Amino acid sequence: MDPIGCATFLGMLRYIGKRLVNYLILLYVAVSLTYLLAATQLDPATLFALRQPPVPPAVVEHQLAQYNLSDQVPLWQRYLTWLGGVIHGDFGSSPTGVSVTDQLLVRAGVSLRLLLVGTLAGIVVGIAVGAWAATRHYRLSDRVTTALSLLVVSTPVFVIAHLSQFLATGVNRATGVQIFEFSGETGAVGSYPWADVVDRAQHLVLPTLVLVLVGAAWLSRVQRNLMLDALSADYVRTARAKGLTQRQAAWRHALRTALVPTSTYVTFSVATMLVSATFTEQIFGFAGVGSYVVESIQGRDVNAVVAVTALAGACVVVGAVVSDLAVAALDPRVRLT
Amino acid sequence: MTVLEVRELRVSFPSETGQVWAVQDLSLTLAAGQILALVGESGAGKSATALALMGLLPAAATVSGSVRLQNQELLGLDDREWSKLRGRHIAMVFADDPSALTPVYSIGVQLVEAVQIHQDLTASQARTRARELLELVGLAPATGVFEAFPHEISGGQRQRVLIALALANDPAVLIADEPTSAVDVTVQSEVLAVLRRVREHSNTAIVLITHDLAVAAELADQVAVLYAGRAVEVGPSTAVLGAPRMPYTIGLVRSLPQLDGPVGPLPVIAAGEIAATGCAFAPRCPLANEECRSRRPELASVTDGYQVACSRQPQVEAASPDALFAAPSATTAPARDAAEVVLSVRGLKHSYRRRGRGWDAGRTVMALDGVDLDLRAGQTVGVVGESGCGKTTLLRSILELSRPRAGRVMVLGTDVATLTRRSRRDARRRLQVVFQDPMAALDPRLPVADILAEPLVITGWSRAAIPGRIGELLALVGLSHDHAQRFPQQLSGGQRQRVGIARALATEPSILLLDEPVSALDASVRSGVLNLLQDLQAQLGLAYLLVGHDLAVVRQLADQVVVMRAGRFVEIGPTPAVLTHPAHPYTVALRQAVPSLNPTVRRAGLPQTPTEELPPAALHGVGCPYRGPCLRRAGLAQADRDRCDSEDPALVLLGADHRAACHFTKPVAQ
Repeated sequence: MDPIGCATFLGMLRYIGKRLVNYLILLYVAVSLTYLLAATQLDPATLFALRQPPVPPAVVEHQLAQYNLSDQVPLWQRYLTWLGGVIHGDFGSSPTGVSVTDQLLVRAGVSLRLLLVGTLAGIVVGIAVGAWAATRHYRLSDRVTTALSLLVVSTPVFVIAHLSQFLATGVNRATGVQIFEFSGETGAVGSYPWADVVDRAQHLVLPTLVLVLVGAAWLSRVQRNLMLDALSADYVRTARAKGLTQRQAAWRHALRTALVPTSTYVTFSVATMLVSATFTEQIFGFAGVGSYVVESIQGRDVNAVVAVTALAGACVVVGAVVSDLAVAALDPRVRLT
Repeated sequence: MTVLEVRELRVSFPSETGQVWAVQDLSLTLAAGQILALVGESGAGKSATALALMGLLPAAATVSGSVRLQNQELLGLDDREWSKLRGRHIAMVFADDPSALTPVYSIGVQLVEAVQIHQDLTASQARTRARELLELVGLAPATGVFEAFPHEISGGQRQRVLIALALANDPAVLIADEPTSAVDVTVQSEVLAVLRRVREHSNTAIVLITHDLAVAAELADQVAVLYAGRAVEVGPSTAVLGAPRMPYTIGLVRSLPQLDGPVGPLPVIAAGEIAATGCAFAPRCPLANEECRSRRPELASVTDGYQVACSRQPQVEAASPDALFAAPSATTAPARDAAEVVLSVRGLKHSYRRRGRGWDAGRTVMALDGVDLDLRAGQTVGVVGESGCGKTTLLRSILELSRPRAGRVMVLGTDVATLTRRSRRDARRRLQVVFQDPMAALDPRLPVADILAEPLVITGWSRAAIPGRIGELLALVGLSHDHAQRFPQQLSGGQRQRVGIARALATEPSILLLDEPVSALDASVRSGVLNLLQDLQAQLGLAYLLVGHDLAVVRQLADQVVVMRAGRFVEIGPTPAVLTHPAHPYTVALRQAVPSLNPTVRRAGLPQTPTEELPPAALHGVGCPYRGPCLRRAGLAQADRDRCDSEDPALVLLGADHRAACHFTKPVAQ
């Protein structure tokens, strides 16, 4: 590496380091505030109030104190205990004694299996459709994709999810074969080769389609507008004057430039993917991170709420840093110093 | 041999009010090795013609007629067929613009692409060819342009790259669309030299599109003058620009400020709309009669190869050009006492850190390196220099009205560093600015009356007095009361700039800072605005600090000229002395680079000055800021050259207020 490149690289590292420190402080404050909020507002003791036969208060108190959830212990003391655990990677336990860290890891795995394909495919489809629609500006195909994507964007996810289940049931009935499954990750596994894989795939098809549809509809709007700007830029005309066809100039010059701002959207949506699909997970019965949020609030699970918040915050931090790097990598005009 | 033949080309665009004709019945013939200039003002149809010849008009445009390139009809080809010709047989040089090159690819990548689209070359062969192309346009490997990204190089370098792109496959026809309008004057003469070289070496035919008559005179063999989408005068450039026959061209040539022309008020072409029927120029033509207004004159041959579209040729020949477009008489300034110094600058410095990538990133650049200046009431000081020389920084530092980082600025006898909030507001009232681009400087959502009322309200005029004052201001700048309720986009460029001037005058200032006040205006309205500025100065006793790159414009207005380079004054003195007997080699080079309507006269005996393409920061620091390309230094002994490199030259008095900063200035013959 030449001296300038080396200096630039070091400058970039310093910049990223500085940003990272800022983000981590921000993350610490946000998660601490969440802890204080959750610890004061969620009362795990109510979980035991309706038990039959009634649980003696002393027993409840003992169990809660054991998991650092007792409101008899001063808040600051609980906070410090919690913080000590977090530093060692332990986010505490649920009121019933299940390890939050373990639970979170399991659920992150479930979310990842559900969301990875759908999110990535949604991005690819969204960029392609948006860029293509821009090259068809104001023609019928552009207007149709615009109308469809606006329809999808403005329909709540749970409506789309339920509609897809409704349609899938129709298909299953009409064909007489259980093609689509829409509850949980796995179901009845047949006894043929690769049966478990087929079963998982059957369960994944519908939620993945929903994710692709929603993600692509949204991103295609963004990408179309960016691409329209790029297509009317002088450099596209220069590229055509060199002898590129309109299509070549659009894909090689306009799209490449229009991808720079898109990369910010993309890195954020990939990074926050794990915690973004609450409805989809709930409706299709995937016990992932998104549904964990809902379940933990319902279950007065203070530590789980805070842990999921921390995960979401960490995802945003990663997204921010990665998007900085992605923009710097894609755009020579950007310097990270 | 004819390589390009255009017959009855018509281009129209759909608009809310129906089809708008951009080009009508244009016929041109271009032989190999010939240079044809299309000249005209904005809206004349130059760019639409260029894009039509390249097949790059927007899809909404309608094109008819015939364009034959080497006997192949181009109109009606589909995109795929066009793309085989574009860049290979017919290529286009675009005007430099930061977005003319794809920002995410390096220059080398973009050149290699241009080569490989049409030629079956390996990557390394294509790279070799790309480097050759850069050398051809004067970009040596040492400049590092091949590896650089578009934002990392200067405007002049980008313009050369755009030429190299067009030359990649030795096209038979080159279309150059305003190839010099965005670059400095010394770079301009280099770019013109490159185009001339291309024509000589490869016998390339060139269509030069320009608004600048002098550039056309410098380069072209043939000139076609366009007005409202039609050719109105076509012929050899020496004839068309030397002794024009169409009243519009006569007016354009006469109203052009020229370095070797007379000083004083310039002839003006009357303002007017473009006529829909009859001769489009009739509303502005001093010779127009009923026939002109009712019947459109066809382009007709006057002599062999010379055509004019004007039905009043006998009258044109009879009238002297002076009578057709007479210069208005100058307003004489009322006698005033010895002019006081209204603006005084001493040792002013301003620096910034250079951003971006490259070897000089992060270096401190002295945008102003200790400059001294006095401006007297009723006088004009013109600051000239090329981009990056610090002239805009000078203007801004004064306009800021706050304590400079080093040095002192005195406005009307008060040091700006001592101004309080209240006195600063008063000083602002006395010091106003006119910007370069009137469209950008006027709020498009405000009608003219509101634009003019704003400074009045701020400076505490009573509500009742404001309408009267607006009327006064409009009259002062030659606009009528009808203009008060119009929005900026409903005004022509010249009218907009008049509004900009009226706004500056609203608070009754003593000093006007003029930042390139006419460079964004069309030629036919430029002289009107220049005359207005001269009139206002005589009437109101205003002091002007004029920043400009056009020496001929500065010469019209300025009593004193300052030549700037790399943040320093290299020459300062009375305008006639500096421009007719320049003492600093840089002033000499600037003076020489200015294109002229009579290029043969100017060329006699002048050596070509090489221009260097180094980032501005390279010029700063110890030593003469002009040592790089200096011809005078090149002729010196080594010991003397070292002095240029190691010692800052100071401004030395050469006589009668004329100073230059050169160690080796010879006594000037005045």
